[in-house]
Amino acid sequence: MPDSLNTGPLNTGSLNNGPLNNGPLKNVTVLDLSEHIAGPYATKLFADYGANVIKVERPMGDPSRRLGPFKDDDSHPEKSGTFFYFNINKRSVVLDLKTGNGREGFWVLAKKAHVIVESFRPGVMDQLGLGWEEIHERYPALPLVSVSNFGQHGPYRDYQGSDLVLYGFGGEMFSTGMLHREPIKMYGTAALVQSGSALSTAIMGTLFASRNSQRGQHVDFSIADSHLVGVDRRHSAVVGFQYSGRKSLRAATTAPTGMLSGVFECADGWISIGAGGRRFMGVREFMDHPSWLDDPKWDNPSIQVDPDAIKEFHSHLLPWLRTKTKREVWEAGRRAKFICGPLYTVDEVFSDPVFQERGLWQEASTPEMGEFRFPGRPFLMSATPWEYRRPAPKLGEHTEEVLAEAGLSPESVEKITGKADVL
Amino acid sequence: MSESTIPLPLDGIRVLDLTGVWAGTFATLLLADLGAEVIKQENQYVLQPNTRVLPVAHLTKEMTSVGPGWFTGLPDNEPGDRPWNYHPMFVSLYRNKRSFTLDIRQPEGLEILGRLVELSDVVLENSAVGTMEKLGITDDWLRSHRKDIIFLRAPGYGLSGDYHDARAFGSNLEDVLGHQLLRGYRGAGPGEASGIFAADYIAATQIAFAVMAALWHRDETGEGQFIEMSQAENATPMFAQAYMDYSLNGNVDVARGNRSIYDREGEVPCGVYPCASSGDAEDGLDRWIAITVTDDETWQALVETMGNPGWALVEELATAEGRAANQDIIDKRLGLWTRKHDDYELFHQLQRAGIAAAPVLEASRVLDDPYVVARNLYQDQELEDDIGTYKYPAPIYEMPDSDGGIRRAPVAFGQDNIYVYKHLLGVSDDEYARLEVAGHIATRFSDDVP
Repeated sequence: MPDSLNTGPLNTGSLNNGPLNNGPLKNVTVLDLSEHIAGPYATKLFADYGANVIKVERPMGDPSRRLGPFKDDDSHPEKSGTFFYFNINKRSVVLDLKTGNGREGFWVLAKKAHVIVESFRPGVMDQLGLGWEEIHERYPALPLVSVSNFGQHGPYRDYQGSDLVLYGFGGEMFSTGMLHREPIKMYGTAALVQSGSALSTAIMGTLFASRNSQRGQHVDFSIADSHLVGVDRRHSAVVGFQYSGRKSLRAATTAPTGMLSGVFECADGWISIGAGGRRFMGVREFMDHPSWLDDPKWDNPSIQVDPDAIKEFHSHLLPWLRTKTKREVWEAGRRAKFICGPLYTVDEVFSDPVFQERGLWQEASTPEMGEFRFPGRPFLMSATPWEYRRPAPKLGEHTEEVLAEAGLSPESVEKITGKADVL
Repeated sequence: MSESTIPLPLDGIRVLDLTGVWAGTFATLLLADLGAEVIKQENQYVLQPNTRVLPVAHLTKEMTSVGPGWFTGLPDNEPGDRPWNYHPMFVSLYRNKRSFTLDIRQPEGLEILGRLVELSDVVLENSAVGTMEKLGITDDWLRSHRKDIIFLRAPGYGLSGDYHDARAFGSNLEDVLGHQLLRGYRGAGPGEASGIFAADYIAATQIAFAVMAALWHRDETGEGQFIEMSQAENATPMFAQAYMDYSLNGNVDVARGNRSIYDREGEVPCGVYPCASSGDAEDGLDRWIAITVTDDETWQALVETMGNPGWALVEELATAEGRAANQDIIDKRLGLWTRKHDDYELFHQLQRAGIAAAPVLEASRVLDDPYVVARNLYQDQELEDDIGTYKYPAPIYEMPDSDGGIRRAPVAFGQDNIYVYKHLLGVSDDEYARLEVAGHIATRFSDDVP
């Protein structure tokens, strides 16, 4: 069997700006009306694995073009790090769906699409005359996936959301953090990215169903639901309360929670170690067999909860850890089969030799943003690899190209893009 | 629905599930929810860590009577007869699946597994590197039984490189990806933010996506394939903006509490603020509301909703830059206002004004929320073990033209032995009895397992 599919940094993803496309979804066309983070992340996965993702933008562009980090802090729509990351490998078409010409362009593209993804506020597609009933009547095999904060139906349908608000309501944020402080969220838009990755499975599902039965369906994907019944502790807390009557409270603590459990300080930062129970027996190898560990008392599992013994143990462990870097401690921990990991800062993630050697980082270069690296493939496929085929599109960069591909005459393209008016 | 129903998207696909922990178990749940027949292999002599029960199979009363509900809350605080069938951390990940037992450490067990591979489309595993090799389960071996198999492996750090045999939970992967230092209270030390398992979520969803993409390719070309997911590398998209900021500008971001990474773009205030509460945090009675102002317009709406207090009318705060420069004072003043209000009342009041807000919902209140009720997100189920009726989560989304949802309550350990051995493999009654004696077929963990 393959030892690893990883082939190193030279060929895990090549800039392949032409017809070359080896992805598993290369015959799939996604008409993507979604904006911001969750929808675009889902369709990015499709684009990364070969799909022809046509990103329809309003004339002002996806609002995420106005979100940082910007190259050199210059808030220019083609310099947004957020927009770049979530929109590589896609093509951008500008259509003003509030106009007849824009809607005509939409229907022309819909005819060639295998699935439509949208993230407008519930009801907006109907108001535009592009609602599910209209789509289904024109193209019965074409699925529509709608992603929204609180779903297409239900009492909060028209409510606003954000990463914080949707995770706070839907996810198990209440029990995250310290008891006498406020609950604490994940980084940035991590919750929306999780929702987007779950959304990708819904889009794939509609594609299989449509292919198998020639019937398109309208899937209602709610970001709130993706956390209320997602995997990170929420279902556990809800079921655990019903079972036991016990709530889940915030319980984070700055102190180590056991002899070798918790977050410990090293010479250059911190490491998290989980080596209680039977794993503790690796401690001699971990610390390179110091004489004080020769005492057989450390072999008795019950000593791990004895407060005096913990104190004694820490009087040896903590100074020892402070003489070592977190990477050195991690290496010792791996040898001892401890569950552990150093707390990296962002620059340390980039400089980690193993991530580099495995080819995680993809090189990119655009006239506006210069040369830079970003995290490339999420996973490796032996027959149909991840590819970086093109950078995120400039606003409307492919409008004419895509409409012409859809079979429109140059005159019709000019009409839809509004260029005919200025002639 | 007027039209007849159609089969679920993955109807007819069989997944042989060798996975464990949340990442693998949630991945195969997503495939099962979409109609795949997931057959989960279990073994009475091997306790897969953090897969059905924690920390040991034979829980004691002491272990189930302390700790937070999500971690140790068993029915009526009793371990019962087969705690592995209903542990709150795992039970909900077993709906719509089948479970059978087989001791794949025995040569005969491996031979039986091979016969199941012939009947399967997909094989998934995410054990520490070496576990499958030791058992003899390799890509070549699988392909000798089923040429077009889709085989996915998802170890923590991938199959190559110095970390390939590192032991890690999802939380450790987040340590190494920088998440532990990117989340948490501003200026606080590491360790003050609780262990969370964000990496398990994205591993699971993207395992399911990868499998479906590979199935799509197989259906078009007849070609199966091998997929390698490093769960660490796979989790990087959750921290994309921090990586981009370093890559583009050399900035090393730090924990911002609940503040938005888009504060300079106008997302101020963004935070969690206290609401009126009837008791103490020790009893889970503290109440909080999450609020995100997204632009100048929603800031004005918030100011009006607060009744135009003098502090908020300062001209500087009307702009994104002004609010970003004054987050401390805004957070403090806003918190003094919110604490006078009931969280749900404030939620609806703010949303009516167009402001993103919601209670940070304590889990015991989830089942009472009108939204959760209206969308039928948790539904009554009875399990094979007689523990009573409780509400368990439904799939994240529905395929409206198919009969999806909860087709089958969470499956018990070995509940489908007869289906797998007799129906799928055509084993005779005598042979079935022999396999029971040989230790393959069981409905409980051996007493020798801790």
